[in-house]
Amino acid sequence: MVIDPQLLAFQALNGLQLGVMLFLMAAGLTLVFGIMNLINLAHGSLYMVGAYFAATLQGWSGSFVLAALLAIPATLVLGVAVELVVLRTLYDRDHLDQVLATFGLILFFNEAVRIVWGPSALFMTTPDFLSGQVALPFGIIYPSYRFAIIAVGLAVALFLYGLISHTRVGMLIRAGASNRAMVGALGVDVKFLYTAVFALGTALAGIAGLMAGPILSVESGMGEPILILTFVVIVIGGIGSIRGAFMGALLIGVVDTLGRSFLPGLLRATFNPQVANAAGPALASMLIYILMALVLAFRPQGLFPARAA
Amino acid sequence: MTATSRRIVLRALVLWGGLALLLVLPPAAALADQPFYLTLVTRMLIFAIAALSLDLILGYGAMVSFGHAAYLGVGAYAVGILAYHGVNAAWIQWPVAIVASALVAALIGLVSLRTSGVYFIMITLAFAQMLYFLGISLKIYGGDDGLTINARTDFGGVIDLASNVVLYYLVLAVLLGFLLLGQRLIASRFGMVIRGAKSNERRMRALGFPTVRYRLVAFVIAGTMCGVAGVLLANLTNFTSPAYMHWTRSGELMVMVILGGMGSLIGPIFGAFALLALEEVLSSYTQHWQFILGPVLILIVLFAKRGIYGLLGAARESAAAGPPAAGPPHG
Repeated sequence: MVIDPQLLAFQALNGLQLGVMLFLMAAGLTLVFGIMNLINLAHGSLYMVGAYFAATLQGWSGSFVLAALLAIPATLVLGVAVELVVLRTLYDRDHLDQVLATFGLILFFNEAVRIVWGPSALFMTTPDFLSGQVALPFGIIYPSYRFAIIAVGLAVALFLYGLISHTRVGMLIRAGASNRAMVGALGVDVKFLYTAVFALGTALAGIAGLMAGPILSVESGMGEPILILTFVVIVIGGIGSIRGAFMGALLIGVVDTLGRSFLPGLLRATFNPQVANAAGPALASMLIYILMALVLAFRPQGLFPARAA
Repeated sequence: MTATSRRIVLRALVLWGGLALLLVLPPAAALADQPFYLTLVTRMLIFAIAALSLDLILGYGAMVSFGHAAYLGVGAYAVGILAYHGVNAAWIQWPVAIVASALVAALIGLVSLRTSGVYFIMITLAFAQMLYFLGISLKIYGGDDGLTINARTDFGGVIDLASNVVLYYLVLAVLLGFLLLGQRLIASRFGMVIRGAKSNERRMRALGFPTVRYRLVAFVIAGTMCGVAGVLLANLTNFTSPAYMHWTRSGELMVMVILGGMGSLIGPIFGAFALLALEEVLSSYTQHWQFILGPVLILIVLFAKRGIYGLLGAARESAAAGPPAAGPPHG
């Protein structure tokens, strides 16, 4: 089988786009885990609520930019409320309690959006200034909106790098990740730090939800598929590491997208069509989990562990 | 009578009374002409088997498996796929289902047990999700829509599963058998090693126990038991679908274990009954029952960690061994 290079480039960009979305989610999840030692299954729910807020605001105002400007702070406020009411009591609990309580939160939020917005999916439109296509070198044409997602994701990554490596807040975050008790003993308001970090993670999930709105349908339960992919990302990258989250997210995004688009064809070229038609999609959907198993088999702490063991 | 002995009497009453109720349920349901309750309780018993098997590793080995529903699916698909190809004989279906779920558990365990803590939780979840997507991509076996099974397992005339009452007693027998087996296992030297590794892994290793290997065996036993629950579930519903493996199902199994009382084997049976009954009652009032169930779960986790069985004054494994770590401690 000959792979069309333009199609390959197009799908690679799609993989990159999925990768930066995963990074927005993984960065928040991994920060919260690294600093508060909290495993928050409801992170996907914040993403979902962010998308619902954005879809509603866009519906009212007709403006994507206005929706973005309001939906992200609204998601952030909701996230802080959840932190203050429920999650704060979970920091000192074991992981099992955290999993179960945040599982309860997921059930609550999935049903809450059905009550508020009804059972059918909402749809967002791409803003006019991003509805066209961009022409890239080598004759590759790519939708502007998806290109914008990649740009936003990379900009956020750069911002996080600057924030964490070069500011006082970032220093506290890093210090908190390596020794929470010591940071508290040195007189830092740890509770406030936790809330601030959680708010940052929520805002990132809100951005991801907003950006996903126009390319996916906004519906109850949309947070879970991306949450589970995000878990795979953090496990591969190394829990607590922003750099690991970034590399892991791009790797998973590209492998998943390319696997789904080319693996069935490659199999058809090698095996008889009947086998390939049955095994191709199955194998493609399992590819990232196999990749994760391989990474774990050789590097159980992930590719970029936050702390040297 | 002291408070403790009162509790012991109360517990014995609840347990033997509960068993007696379960034994007379089918004739009672037939008399009252309420076959719905027979199906409902059969379902509860099947999930009790699955929750009990999860408790073996979660309650006694601190292995927080978030993908336990995967084995329900493996067992159910073993029955479904064999039945699709016209094989209904029990002596083929059961061994195939048991071997398949043991193999899957061994593979998942081999990789996941290399990790600990929160990694273990996420990896078991991811593997279950992988099997879920595998189920969806099996288009010849129904894919997303699932696979209807046209006949229940054929025991060659010895046991006629076409009757719901016979199926009910078979499920009850399997549950009681697994309960006894589990209790023997926990009390055995093997069980001691698992529990020892939970409370102090390093010391067990220093004593010369290959703890990971012991954990793997426990993981496989639990997965296989849950696979049998999957076989029974497929027989009850005459249907198998990827939904059996959905991650919310794994979450529900964990909730059953915690709700009933972790580390007691009997507790998860109460948990399965309580959760499914709660779902049944809530969903009869409102279609938005998860809106209520979610916060209830949070409250249970925050304030009622000893579970229903703990309320009956039962000694709990983790009460003696301290709070469980999430996943096997690394060392």
